[in-house]
Amino acid sequence: MADKDVLTGEHFIHGDAACAEGGIASGCRFFAGYPITPATEVAERMARRLPQVGGVYIQMEDEIASMAAILGASWGGVKSMTSTSGPGFSLMMENIGLGMMTETPCVVVNIQRGGPSTGLPTLVGQADVMQARWGSHGDYGCIALAPASPQECFDFTVDAFNLSEIYRQPVFVLGDEVVGHMTEKVIIPPREELRIVERGKPQAKKEDYLPFDFKGPMPAQMAVAGQGYHVHVTGLTHDERGYPVITDAVQERNIRHIVDKIRKNADKIIRVESVFLDDAEVVVVAYGCTSRVARQAVEDLRSRGVKAGLLRLITIWPFPSNMIRQLAKQVKAFIVPEINYGQVAYEVERTAQGNAEVVLMALMGGSIHRPDEIEESVLEYF
Amino acid sequence: MATKAAKELPKEEFILPGTRSCAACGLMLTYRHSLKALDPGKTIVAVPASCMTVLHGVYPITPVKVICVNNPFAATGAAASGIVAGLKATGKAGYTVVAFAGDGGTYDIGIQSLSGALERGTDFMYVCYDNEGYMNTGTQRSSASPAGAVTTTTPILAKLQHKKDMLRIVEAHRIPYVATASPSFPLDLYDKVRKAKEIKGSRYIEVHAPCPPGWGFPNKDLIKMGKLAADTAVHVLYEIVDGKFRLTSRSLRLAEKGGKKTVADYVKGQTRFKKITEGQIQALQEFTDRRWYEFMERHQNGRS
Repeated sequence: MADKDVLTGEHFIHGDAACAEGGIASGCRFFAGYPITPATEVAERMARRLPQVGGVYIQMEDEIASMAAILGASWGGVKSMTSTSGPGFSLMMENIGLGMMTETPCVVVNIQRGGPSTGLPTLVGQADVMQARWGSHGDYGCIALAPASPQECFDFTVDAFNLSEIYRQPVFVLGDEVVGHMTEKVIIPPREELRIVERGKPQAKKEDYLPFDFKGPMPAQMAVAGQGYHVHVTGLTHDERGYPVITDAVQERNIRHIVDKIRKNADKIIRVESVFLDDAEVVVVAYGCTSRVARQAVEDLRSRGVKAGLLRLITIWPFPSNMIRQLAKQVKAFIVPEINYGQVAYEVERTAQGNAEVVLMALMGGSIHRPDEIEESVLEYF
Repeated sequence: MATKAAKELPKEEFILPGTRSCAACGLMLTYRHSLKALDPGKTIVAVPASCMTVLHGVYPITPVKVICVNNPFAATGAAASGIVAGLKATGKAGYTVVAFAGDGGTYDIGIQSLSGALERGTDFMYVCYDNEGYMNTGTQRSSASPAGAVTTTTPILAKLQHKKDMLRIVEAHRIPYVATASPSFPLDLYDKVRKAKEIKGSRYIEVHAPCPPGWGFPNKDLIKMGKLAADTAVHVLYEIVDGKFRLTSRSLRLAEKGGKKTVADYVKGQTRFKKITEGQIQALQEFTDRRWYEFMERHQNGRS
């Protein structure tokens, strides 16, 4: 079975399939699925592949159940994952909050389509960016990666699993329909070249073990079923033992921890790709499928001597606020093409603090930007 | 009075030519005959995201002449409850609120919403068109898929579990009308929808809706497949009015005259059963027989 989990070699597959392979290569052995366009193919691939590697696929009765099941599986001790799109992501939100509160590692792939509601089931959208960040009630830290190709669907799903194990929380792969349904070459490296973070085992004696640690910037080692540790897992505000304590003092410790473990480690988590930023006078900020178009526009402009640059977000959350704050002092403007009505543009505007103009190029969904449109927007400043 | 011949059905069509449903869609025929039994001028249809949304179409192919409220997949029973409440609060009488949802939207994601509506005795009709899988997203298993069926999420071993007995769950709510129907028996279907329309309270009709692309049989065999389901008692036609059970149509004749065909006859014409084993066919036969004998017994008891 072992040789079937990492399919080392060159493949010609779509982004959805690559997400599934990224999960399996990361050691994911449980997938809870529910059909939804354009993410169904992730579940279908998992239904076929997991039995080949000794894993378990369950088709659940809805997305509420899918999210709950992967949290349960994670406490059972297995790396777990689900996939969905807009309406299903909405249904998952309460359980995503539970995963944040209980510090439960798992991965949620969201292949975004046009919303709200049923919206454009078969066509692209990028409008779940803020939902990923703020969708469940209460405060928590968020990690979301935005792949721009099937290759990155594989790579970033691996990264998402690693981050979820390191920071002990649900991590999002925020894909989009274009990337999910796009078929390209995907290279799966040899097993030894993959960096996989395995779940650590608690080192403490059983009588001293605390399943939660609110002091430091990192979470406690997670004990899972069968290791012999006494664990109490609750969505209620809890102390380091996991016992509910309904006081403002423990709420302070508990919630500051689940926010700060991301906030204080943001520099380690944030990943961007900088293209021609050093002397750029206008910077395009883009992510997902839109970043491919933006790259084309910026390269075209540079070939004509226009000092344009591209800041491509690999992690949308945590947001690279410091970098944008610095860039804002150097550039005339940020151009933000995105397939929503200004979700990342809002964040850029907030962090630019008035030092540079922010131009939103919004599409409501169903189509992608054209490079010449982005070029025109940039040229307004030259 | 039972409708005796197709020519007695109303001539007016409420689904215009050119729908976006697949060729030989069991749901399409179900919907067509159901709307004839309703008064489409006084009917509000609640529809979740499903094959039904596809049937209702995308402009300019929007062929359905009925007022429709589209709702989330999980919410059909609740959405219909709201429409009923809205009509009541504004003093509008004479409307029939009819929910049309598939098996995924009824057996799985929608069961909570449906159960809530039935428990409250919501004055509406709920039609479940059961095509035994998530066909709109390309044939994934649902809890209505039969054991032995290959779907895209049961690709290796085929489905291991028997179909959920949704009708018993619905019946447990003690609503005034529960029925089953099939587009292959349009007069029976038409009469049941017409009867349900006149009843106050929650009414549930489950229609077995064969799906050529999902089940893997030729389009031309749609009607034949529905008939075969009845002849094998895989799908049994009956109604329960105020708790009183009776077989109807083909199932009634099957009970009276015998001649039940085997499950093997039913599965052999469908590629979804390509991996079914002899043991699974046997299990499916036993499952089907057990239900059939229970229904026959209930029918006898109902008559006595």
